[in-house]
Amino acid sequence: MTAHQPPEFFEEAPLYEPRRAVYPQAVHGTYRRIKWAVLLVTLGIYYGLPFVRWDRGPNAPDQAVLIDFPGRRFYFFFIELWPQEIYYLTGLLILAAIALFLMNAVAGRVWCGYLCPQTVWTDLFQAIERLTEGDRREHIQRNNGPWTAERVVRAGIKHFLWLMVAWWTGGAWVLYFSDAPTLVRDLATFHAPFIAYAWIGILTVTTYFLAGHMREQVCLYMCPWPRIQAALTDEHALNVTYRYDRGEPRASVKKSATLRENGLPAGDCIDCLQCVHVCPTGVDIRNGPNLGCIQCGLCIDACDAVMTKIGRPPRLIAYDTDLNITARQEGQQPHFNIVRARTILYAAILAVIGGIMLFTLATRHAEAVNVIHDRNPIFVRMSDGAIRNAFTVRIINKRLEARAFALTISGLPGSFVEVIGAAPRSDGRVVIEVGPDQTREVRALVTDYNYALPPFTPVGFHLLDIATGERADTRDNFRRP
Amino acid sequence: MALDPHHDRDSVTGTATTGHVWDGIRELNTPLPRWWLWIFYATIVWSIGYWVVYPSWPLVSSFTQGVFGWHSREALVRDLAELKAVRGPMMDKLAAASLPEIMSDPMLLDFARAQGRTSFGDNCAPCHGPGAAGNKGYPNLADDDWLWGGKIEDIATTVRYGIRSGDPKTRISLMPAFGRDNMLTRPQIENVADYVRSLSGLSVNAKANLSDGKAIFQQQCATCHGDDGKGKRDLGAPDLTDAIWLYGSDRAVIIEGVWGGRGGTMPAWVGRLDDTTIKALSIYVHTLGGGQ
Repeated sequence: MTAHQPPEFFEEAPLYEPRRAVYPQAVHGTYRRIKWAVLLVTLGIYYGLPFVRWDRGPNAPDQAVLIDFPGRRFYFFFIELWPQEIYYLTGLLILAAIALFLMNAVAGRVWCGYLCPQTVWTDLFQAIERLTEGDRREHIQRNNGPWTAERVVRAGIKHFLWLMVAWWTGGAWVLYFSDAPTLVRDLATFHAPFIAYAWIGILTVTTYFLAGHMREQVCLYMCPWPRIQAALTDEHALNVTYRYDRGEPRASVKKSATLRENGLPAGDCIDCLQCVHVCPTGVDIRNGPNLGCIQCGLCIDACDAVMTKIGRPPRLIAYDTDLNITARQEGQQPHFNIVRARTILYAAILAVIGGIMLFTLATRHAEAVNVIHDRNPIFVRMSDGAIRNAFTVRIINKRLEARAFALTISGLPGSFVEVIGAAPRSDGRVVIEVGPDQTREVRALVTDYNYALPPFTPVGFHLLDIATGERADTRDNFRRP
Repeated sequence: MALDPHHDRDSVTGTATTGHVWDGIRELNTPLPRWWLWIFYATIVWSIGYWVVYPSWPLVSSFTQGVFGWHSREALVRDLAELKAVRGPMMDKLAAASLPEIMSDPMLLDFARAQGRTSFGDNCAPCHGPGAAGNKGYPNLADDDWLWGGKIEDIATTVRYGIRSGDPKTRISLMPAFGRDNMLTRPQIENVADYVRSLSGLSVNAKANLSDGKAIFQQQCATCHGDDGKGKRDLGAPDLTDAIWLYGSDRAVIIEGVWGGRGGTMPAWVGRLDDTTIKALSIYVHTLGGGQ
């Protein structure tokens, strides 16, 4: 068949899919309790952390976690990072990615089900929805009915509460970028900078739409992780699994009782659809693992409740693997293979990168010196024939107190160094003062009388904290004709 | 023909097809969510909003202005005003401080050098070079050899009034054209050139008549360049005994200078640059490395 020939028959399937509303039903059980606990802890950290104080002395803010853009600093409890230490962020992102891979190797999309902000906020918004518009059945009935006054009021309260949570989410966001108590006061009295209100607005809108309206659509259509995850996972990873070996064939309680009495095969699944009704993304777990399943385990809780009620053993749906189902079918012992090459490798990468980061963090210096040679002119001939090179010396003081550094050079016997704006002290030392938590750039002039040296001579620059004796060194070249 | 609703379903996935077939391969219909389409339409509406509020469509001799009245030039003016406001306090401090005060205040010194550097690039670099390394006839400002003085005040005066600039207060002096104006003969000039080279230890032709050269030097040149050839800064007469040569140290170049005279010029910057800028420039030049 060629492109020019239309097929004989085809169904007029729509090219765009309308949204199918998901009304997740309230559920109780182990995994729901875990999810509530995770929600409380993560949101508690997010909303509360900006208000945690951490005393750093007079020359630095006392906010435990602060991203200070105007001051170009990031404060995290006892850690203070400068812009040039951005590689710690790179390291953190690598750690986050590998940790995600490790989680995936152990228990599939556990991140999606419990920790992802999209999931946590959606969970919160759905709780608010159930509170105001009622649980699944009530909500569907009302939505299929007319717009009564009650429906309008309930929906109105829901959207108001959603907007409040969204607004608070944006409000907490901006507190990470400025002194939280001061900013709260400025925001309340309308003295805060416009950018703060703008970001609160942006976060309010995105939270309201993503958690209130988009929900599972984010996971299905917008998030790259489900696609990557599917390529990274293997058959040993624990997944929320419908144990079809136990569940099939499905039949009603009475019918399966009859079947069992007659010695015929009968599954535990009674097709009550509770697992589907509680699912926040609206999937049917009995169809096997799929893109929409975020593996939150709420269907396990729902199914367990039913199993208990009908007197069958729980965990018809459980964190399990297809391998184990096959093993059970063949009469073998199921086992969970958590320690395997994949998990060991991920854990090792985590340990190595984390170790390197910890080591560099623990051994980093509170002082540093960088030198840039003047490009034009590369050297200057003085009237007495000496050759002078000019350097821009940048001194970094990461301490929160002012320090004085003596600058010396090495590698050029008989030469001397002068610094513009720092007259030599009585002992002949060139001392440069650098303010607390600051860098200072000075112009250094190195003059040399040794005519016999080659066009490039390595020259060392040495800083010495005259109070503590700490050193910082760097090197460059002395140039001559 | 009866429509079979399952006829065009993919047997493996059960997914409907779009009806498109290429070489027997059927395209499965995996529909996008409808809201995706709405977002596409919303972005089109948003772009129309842009046309309305911002300058956008070109017209024959103009363009649509947009209801916000936004203009890139106004944005630039606003940004410059902001910058000026930010710099304001330091600029005021710089304007009020004397040269020695600026030199003793590290913060102010850094600020003045930064201002001076920009101004140097705009105004001085064409002759003196971007790094102030100079050129033939245009002095290197980073060395310690100064024609008219290397103290901060001397530099400020030179920047302000220039050299042979025509300004009433300009620095001025004259190196005569000894040869062209028939004050010295060619052999005399050659002898004096040999003598000048010998002052700084440069190699001299064995047959050179240094004693004649010295006699002529004492008679004709010493008035400005000094008996010892070390120059006089109040006359802008260069030191002939050091390692630095404004036009070069070749015998031919020296003969050329004595024959035709020298007299470089530098414009007066007073009136073109404000006082604060001249101050910043002087400090920048002084701190290039040769300031005295």
